[in-house]
Amino acid sequence: MRSRSSLLTFTLILGAALLIGALNLAVPPGAAMHAPDYIVSLAGKYTCYAILALALDLVWGFAGILSLGHAAFFALGGYAIGMYLMRQIGARGVYGSAVLPDFMVFLNWKELPWYWHGFDMFWFAALMALAVPALLASLFGYFAFRSRVTGVYLSIMTQALTYALMLAMFRNDMGFGGNNGLTDFKDILGFPLAAASTRVALLLASALALGLCVLLARFVVASRFGKVLVAVRDAESRTRFLGYRPESYKLTVFVLSAAMAGLGGALYVPQVGIINPSEFSPANSIEAAIWVAVGGRGTLSGAILGAVLVNLGKTVLTGALPDAWLFVLGGLFIAVTLFLPGGIAGTWFIRKPRGARAPAAGVREAAP
Amino acid sequence: MNSLLYIDGVTVSFDGFRALDGLSLVLAPGEMRAVIGPNGAGKTTMMDVITGKTRPDAGRVVFGADTDLTALDEPAIASLGIGRKFQKPSVFEHHTVADNLLLSLAGQRAPRRTLFARESAAERLRIEAILGTIRLTPYRDLLAGSLSHGQKQWLEIGMLLAQDPELLLLDEPVAGMTDAETAQTAELLREIRGTRSVVVVEHDMAFVRALDVKITVLHEGSVLAEGSIDHVSADPRVIEVYLGR
Repeated sequence: MRSRSSLLTFTLILGAALLIGALNLAVPPGAAMHAPDYIVSLAGKYTCYAILALALDLVWGFAGILSLGHAAFFALGGYAIGMYLMRQIGARGVYGSAVLPDFMVFLNWKELPWYWHGFDMFWFAALMALAVPALLASLFGYFAFRSRVTGVYLSIMTQALTYALMLAMFRNDMGFGGNNGLTDFKDILGFPLAAASTRVALLLASALALGLCVLLARFVVASRFGKVLVAVRDAESRTRFLGYRPESYKLTVFVLSAAMAGLGGALYVPQVGIINPSEFSPANSIEAAIWVAVGGRGTLSGAILGAVLVNLGKTVLTGALPDAWLFVLGGLFIAVTLFLPGGIAGTWFIRKPRGARAPAAGVREAAP
Repeated sequence: MNSLLYIDGVTVSFDGFRALDGLSLVLAPGEMRAVIGPNGAGKTTMMDVITGKTRPDAGRVVFGADTDLTALDEPAIASLGIGRKFQKPSVFEHHTVADNLLLSLAGQRAPRRTLFARESAAERLRIEAILGTIRLTPYRDLLAGSLSHGQKQWLEIGMLLAQDPELLLLDEPVAGMTDAETAQTAELLREIRGTRSVVVVEHDMAFVRALDVKITVLHEGSVLAEGSIDHVSADPRVIEVYLGR
């Protein structure tokens, strides 16, 4: 029954993306039903945020690891694809160098740094968008989980991780465009990024990715592995005395989640057209945690719902009352924590499991 | 002598306080042993040392023929076949009773195995059998968190049985139970007895008497007396430090 609801989520996500795409491309501009271009890119952005929320929910909602640095994995995936998009610009850049991106010419660099090699190939960049976050997560997780760092201490460490990455990426000599990041992208796989059809294709790709991530996440949490994760979340030392190694469970799900976040970032960057170090800002990761809290951690559809709803609110409010947004966001977090600890999905959509109420009198008497 | 567990001169100090002071204890295969003693006698510390939670400063803990437990960590010791029940019931509250047992069943523990594991017919039968033993069959699909205190204690004993350990360590299994529940627990343990070795740490003398097994009295981190209930209750030193108060 749970897997059927994941299929429903999958269908809804893809259906919504197809609908928006069709209303954008097939309905002429000016018609009442036409979906303007900004709706397409907005929907694309929300979809990528939802992938990040889903990734965070996997570690926070199911394994109890509150990562406040998950936007770092998102940004790393974004940088990997950004590097590919930079290489695609080729000689069309302002300085006309066929090999070097503009910012390197500007910095008087003579040749491409070694770590930029290979990023002219899409498959390599796509692989790196998953592999680099996964690698960082495995290094970080290996040491953190093995040392039994948990709770708020782990959260603080993840904040430090994303902050350190932000400071590093701000530096010009890191070779990632410094303060300005990577931008001025022209095309992806030969298709111009400015074209409406490319944008719709990117939205559909993001929706497909999100849908597949939901199915993957459902498989993981419904498996015995997923049950161990919840057990680790609720009573870590008990699992140890049953013979499980909580650290390897946490590491596995943390790495999977980081790769998923990287995928979200990789789809995000071509749609917004820029990636810069501010994406590593600790506030971004905290915001992602708020999406999950609002939607309902520990429920997969809740994470997606939270990401979309909060960002919808952000889009509307930052347009209408720009100064109020942060207050609303903070207030929302407090309100959800106090009045809706299960989030929207956890409170209203997910049926209460049996046992949330006391056993029926007859059952009690049946026991000796 | 053929022993399943051989604790040899184990000493544990916390900031100068000797929780265990040259403790030695031998448990035969299939034996049930009750360990009693006043608060601070080192009963729980002894369990911590056996299960790898605490490393002793001196001494050895030998399991089976020649496995030194002091060199292993908790999951490794659990995998050897040593199960532990905590003083405070510790079950997975957000899982059903059946899932609590499923996760405890002996089997593969590595993530790459559990990711693709499916509940086999044999596992289902085993869970049903344990549910019967711990009298929780009507509750199999309820969340463990909704059970009463006594039922959680039984569930945790069931989780230990599911692990199919050679040695069970029970830390105050009847703490907080009603008299009726205590009597049922004693009966449950008598059923288990003989199939595997059990060490029960308990304060409840009526319960210990009901178990009718050899008793070890701990005091200040070492063994004060050992023998049948009548033997130790007649020991003047035991009366002095424990029973008399």
